[in-house]
Amino acid sequence: MATVAHDEHDHHEESFVSKYIFSHDHKMIAKQFLMTAVFMGVVAMLLSILFRIQLAWPGEASDFVSFFLGDQWAPGGVMKEDMYLGLVTIHGTIMVFFLLTGGLSGTFSNLLIPLQVGARDMASGFLNMLSYWFFFLSSIIMLASLFVESGPAMSGWTVYPPLSALPQAVSGSGLGMTLWLFSMAIFIASSLIGSLNYIVTVLNLRTKGMAMTKLPLTIWAFFITAIIGVLSFPVLFSAALLLIMDRMAGTSFYLSDIIVGGEMLTQHGGSPLLYQHLFWFLGHPEVYIVLIPALGLSSEVISTNSRKPIFGYRAMIGSILAIAFLSFIVWAHHMFVTGMNPFLGSVFVFTTLLIAIPSAVKVFNYITTLWKGSIIFTPAMLFTIGLVSTFITGGVTGIILADAALDITIHDTYFVVAHFHVVMGLSAVFGMFAGVYHWFPKMFGRMLNTRMGYAHFWITIIGAYGVFFPMHFVGLAGAPRRYYNYSVYQDFDVESFDLMLDLNIIITVFAIIAALGQIIFLFNFFYSIFRGPKADQNPWRSNTLEWTTPVEHIHGNWPGELPTVHRWPYDYSKPGAEADFIPQNVPLKDGEEEH
Amino acid sequence: MAGHASKQIDSKTLWGGKTSPFSTSYGKLMMWFFLVSDALTFSGFLIFYGANRHSYGGSWPIGEETFNSLPFLGHGYPLIYVALMTFILIVSSVTMVLAVEAGHRMDKRGVVKWMIATIIGGFFFLGSQAWEWSHFIHGSDFGKVELNDGSLAIVKGHFGEIEHFTVTKAGDHHHVGDKITEDLAHTYKHAVSEGHLNNNVITLHDGSEATVEKHENEHLKLLVKEDGGTHKKGDVIEGNEAAVIYEGIVNSGDADRVIYGANLEENEYGPNQYAQFFFFITGFHGFHVFTGVLINILILMGAIRGVYHKRGHYEMVEKTGLYWHFVDLVWVFVFTFFYLV
Repeated sequence: MATVAHDEHDHHEESFVSKYIFSHDHKMIAKQFLMTAVFMGVVAMLLSILFRIQLAWPGEASDFVSFFLGDQWAPGGVMKEDMYLGLVTIHGTIMVFFLLTGGLSGTFSNLLIPLQVGARDMASGFLNMLSYWFFFLSSIIMLASLFVESGPAMSGWTVYPPLSALPQAVSGSGLGMTLWLFSMAIFIASSLIGSLNYIVTVLNLRTKGMAMTKLPLTIWAFFITAIIGVLSFPVLFSAALLLIMDRMAGTSFYLSDIIVGGEMLTQHGGSPLLYQHLFWFLGHPEVYIVLIPALGLSSEVISTNSRKPIFGYRAMIGSILAIAFLSFIVWAHHMFVTGMNPFLGSVFVFTTLLIAIPSAVKVFNYITTLWKGSIIFTPAMLFTIGLVSTFITGGVTGIILADAALDITIHDTYFVVAHFHVVMGLSAVFGMFAGVYHWFPKMFGRMLNTRMGYAHFWITIIGAYGVFFPMHFVGLAGAPRRYYNYSVYQDFDVESFDLMLDLNIIITVFAIIAALGQIIFLFNFFYSIFRGPKADQNPWRSNTLEWTTPVEHIHGNWPGELPTVHRWPYDYSKPGAEADFIPQNVPLKDGEEEH
Repeated sequence: MAGHASKQIDSKTLWGGKTSPFSTSYGKLMMWFFLVSDALTFSGFLIFYGANRHSYGGSWPIGEETFNSLPFLGHGYPLIYVALMTFILIVSSVTMVLAVEAGHRMDKRGVVKWMIATIIGGFFFLGSQAWEWSHFIHGSDFGKVELNDGSLAIVKGHFGEIEHFTVTKAGDHHHVGDKITEDLAHTYKHAVSEGHLNNNVITLHDGSEATVEKHENEHLKLLVKEDGGTHKKGDVIEGNEAAVIYEGIVNSGDADRVIYGANLEENEYGPNQYAQFFFFITGFHGFHVFTGVLINILILMGAIRGVYHKRGHYEMVEKTGLYWHFVDLVWVFVFTFFYLV
């Protein structure tokens, strides 16, 4: 039914608005998502540089800070405490939701699902467009909250009540917090619509021969990610609605026995801990919503550029499914310090440690795919290997944090911050960069500059480890996260204080280096869109269906019939074959066995 | 394309591409996944409600005691009205099924007929909910009282009718000897909760005072819900003692010892969360019913104009039907948790 509907669309002339703005075409929507995400990513990175300056040189005047924050939030070039919290909050929110959820899934699910399953477009082009514009609107509202006079939301990206529930708690809990909640509500709608589209497109619109066991791992990853999203975001939605009621209608779902300015509030009987349960029921799966697409993209890149079939195709699918399932029963490991029953805590320790198994399966499969491959080090391949590296580094500290006994001592320190930045932030960002470098020719019909890509990779990975490796030690020294400065440590532990301060300077310097490195990428990206060398139809000599479509985008993807799939996507260096790759739409020869 | 899954296809072909593995259109699949997601939102609320109720120390209100009225007939009919509402909502699901079934037969008249029936059912439910809310907000005739020892009790019995107020001291508005006969119950309750009733003399808004001509309350029973100094949760005070205590409190002139009805800050039924959850969850469900009715109306107009007939299938009716059944199903859970358990 869907294909019939799209065929009807093929013929009429498109105006500028319907082609570039309110486009129903999944390839254009993917580009729109990418552009928005790049912009949001740059903003979030800038915010992080601002608060890193405060951490490294607390109390010192900075022209850079004063340029961006002005007199109100940085009188004399020294950042105010409230703004520090605001920057941390919005940095986290944008990075997690707008860059790595909306940006990553939005860009690559949109681009690759129809192309790799052999569909003319998404199941519903209209809803797909709606999904992007909701995303755009929520981005605008989130950015606007930065410019509100009382400041943006300041209660951390998790917006725990009562800080987020009471407008009088901190200046950003006023209008800034309200905007945050509205932005997120719209974001959830966007994510839901998008996910529904991704799921049904994968289920219903696969081309002839594209069995589920012939799908590229990218599609499996996007498919499972979308399912996790449909199951977890609605719970955040319920948490957010109740929070809105507490803020606006005077209910006390999350509030109890609170004294503000010496005065007892009338709200009583609520439970702020229940918010944490609802939040982390989304929050933990959210980690995998961010990570799984990156793992999917790298599976494709790593196999193509090793010229070898991915090792353990079915084990990869199985481990994605296992991770997805387990991600729903581990949430309370974020809450070990809330005074939960130790027995319950140990159950969550157990389920959390279980996730290490499918994760390790994926890592080993990546490494075994590389093993004895004819590796081609394209920039995408480097970023993929970078992902494998950060995934291991961050995964190891994850095992430490999974243990309640250890977690309770280092909970909410920079050790945790370093852990999740490495395992989820860096891995997902590296996966996203790998995706951009690998599929840039598909998106824009031109090639990115490889040398700049190499420079970008090395600066990014050195910068990233330079930031997050020392951060573990800041955390172990006892530095809690979200602190404006650590001068209090001077009074009782001079040694730790000196260590924190020294390391914080190193971290900030590396953060600035890494941020400057991104300029190379941005230049390369925008220059190559217009001036890059023209791409071949299949520049990486890859097997998947998207490389059988013409370089110039056409509505409906394939000019003639939809391709028929005869083999799995990983027939690289198949013994007895002429070329070292055989695209999925090439029929099996007489007597040729499927992989 | 919908509903023709009876052909036997082996799973390899079914999942092998080019055909929908569930033999349904993408639109219906989307609706299903949307409903799964919406179900999780409701689960979030209901589990939150359950956790809050479970961890509450005192006694949680009992459905039969809170909801025992019928329109025009007064009190003493525990859960009858909500049972009727629920029944009608479920019947509207049946009429929806009949509309979908008529759609399969391409019977336009049938679709229109049963859609109208479904919409009527939806409106009845919404109206009933409005009545329930209004009743819940205004509360009982007696209210919840705070006894001398600090314990809290709800009151059952027969409320004696108020005949009129006779003004004994003039205010800005009323003159001595005036008989006030309008809005008596409301004025009376308001005065009691503000502490403006003292030994059967009521102080009115304009500063005038009046004696209350009222029949006696009969068969009073105080059910203690929160522990106090002498009375414990679960105690029941009956007979003359109950009447003496209750009249004493009502006529004491103390403000805030009697709470009538419910708002977001306090209510006569139980802890403040009880009313907050009631308003929020039934409200959120009611909003779903409301949007469901709106969508049903749009679909009905489409059916009347023959849009689906021209299209060759009534799948839109089916998709709306899925949503409508879901809303009904959710109500069964809301009903269970707020009224039955």
